Amino acid sequence: MPLSEFIARRLLQLIPTLIFILIVVFVLVRLLPGDPTSAILGDRGTDADIDRINRQLGIDRSIPVQFWLFVKSVFTADLGNSIVLKRPVTELIVQRLPVTVALTALAALIALCLAVPLAFVAALRRDQLADNAIRGGFQIGLSMPVFYLGLILLTVFGAKLHWFPVGGYGETFLDRLYHLILPATTLALSLSAVLMRNLRAAIIGVVDAEYVSFARAKGLAPRLILIRHVLRNALISTVTLFGLSIGTLLGGAVITETVFAIPGAGRLMIDSIYGRDYPVVQGLTLALAVLVSITFLLTDLLQAWLDPRVAR
Amino acid sequence: MAAARVRLPRPLILGGAILGVSMILAIFPSAFAPYDPIAFDYGALSQAPSLAHPFGTDNFGRDVLSRIIHAYRIDMQIAIFATVFAFVFGTIVGAVVGYVGGRTEALFGRLVDAIITFPFLVLVIAIVSVLGPGLINMYIAVSVVGWVFYARIIAAEIKVQKRLDYADAGRAMGYTHLRIIFRHLLPNAITPAVVYWMTDMALAILLGSSLGYLGLGAQPPAAEWGVQIADGKNFMTTAWWISVFPGIFIILTGLGFSLLGDGLAEVMRARK
Repeated sequence: MPLSEFIARRLLQLIPTLIFILIVVFVLVRLLPGDPTSAILGDRGTDADIDRINRQLGIDRSIPVQFWLFVKSVFTADLGNSIVLKRPVTELIVQRLPVTVALTALAALIALCLAVPLAFVAALRRDQLADNAIRGGFQIGLSMPVFYLGLILLTVFGAKLHWFPVGGYGETFLDRLYHLILPATTLALSLSAVLMRNLRAAIIGVVDAEYVSFARAKGLAPRLILIRHVLRNALISTVTLFGLSIGTLLGGAVITETVFAIPGAGRLMIDSIYGRDYPVVQGLTLALAVLVSITFLLTDLLQAWLDPRVAR
Repeated sequence: MAAARVRLPRPLILGGAILGVSMILAIFPSAFAPYDPIAFDYGALSQAPSLAHPFGTDNFGRDVLSRIIHAYRIDMQIAIFATVFAFVFGTIVGAVVGYVGGRTEALFGRLVDAIITFPFLVLVIAIVSVLGPGLINMYIAVSVVGWVFYARIIAAEIKVQKRLDYADAGRAMGYTHLRIIFRHLLPNAITPAVVYWMTDMALAILLGSSLGYLGLGAQPPAAEWGVQIADGKNFMTTAWWISVFPGIFIILTGLGFSLLGDGLAEVMRARK
């Protein structure tokens, strides 16, 4: 199968996933205790508000009609208004989501930069001191709660040593990057542990393969062998794992943003839960789920590029 | 059978020891905790670690060590209750799906793809926000999603087992499908799911304490490690012990579960 057909088929697979996401979010709002309108508005609603929400949700209609209205409102990017912030949910998402994406992307980058070299050291010095130390360290990293690590890094490197700002988000690009380093490192640790473990096993599996021995026999430089032959093949399974971890990473971003007071989508999500601002919770759940499925798609394509057999 | 002298792998022993002690502390916290975990003591506010209070006291004068010991009860409960339903239900569904195969399996595959697409924590937070904070709602939220992973693991294993001779023999003997699945195939297919269960319990503690930290899980003044860390977060520069010690116990318990899982996996490989 040519690559274009693989991409087309993969895009087609996105459709049932998106439908499922829509159903879950739809059901979620209907699970609210009491009738959704008063649950959404609490005791803060004026009659006009109640009317508007009722119309928006189509409460008086049948469930399929309600679902249809919901789907229509999603595709016209009209997710209602935030009750607390009094602004369109879509606008809030557009404003806050890029912050979360930046944090997550930086964390993913840091995780890779940590995992790849350490996995090589561990795999090539298998069962020696360095390997055991690295694996022990990452075992701890795996059980480390994100909020706990964040709190400690924030206290040590922010409040005590003043190397990094104590939370918040800057104005210029460089300033923002500077603000994101500590939270992104926090978020990266457990992902890098997962990736390291997988990559180490993959490298050990590949290093003894015949094509690597052949490359060595041909007299290729060891570094070239490691990068072109070992890393590329070891990365294939790690890329899959990486894609699957994006959801977890985004979840971690919600907590990290809370610890570091970063004004991203995760922080908004938690604030909206405290404030019972359900239209925002609904909109953000939707946006984050869509973001993750798109990332899945991208990692699948990346995998197909690394290993053309996947597309077949 | 007795001739097979099994040397237990070290991770299994170490993990088992950590969790054994954890279970004892979870069942009899009062026998080990020197102080009351909830009662305020205004005569001993935010005291640094000392002989009387090895891990210090918090901003209400409560002994941090005693709160950590009492927290074992809640956090071990989280580990078990947040996962056991998913384990049982996922195993049953996975066994049936793997045995039936065909279109049912393809359909199930699509469902799995859709569910793992959801950012797990975001979904759990969304469900908890709808149902209200608290541990029971967290168990519901985690179980609704978690069973899928067990089902996927078991389905893959059963698919292998059902092609083996002993499954054919069972069919030739005229046993019902259910009897073949649950009496014959499942015992041979369940170990990977048990190994995953250990990892899952470690993850459940991380999740439960995260929700506790955010104020969406166990509610104060209950002693729970995440709640304790949240209690001390504003005193990190002046009274670090309030938050730092509970975190160490989260890591230690998580380590116990992953060691036990690794050890079980090792035993499984050795048998093969």
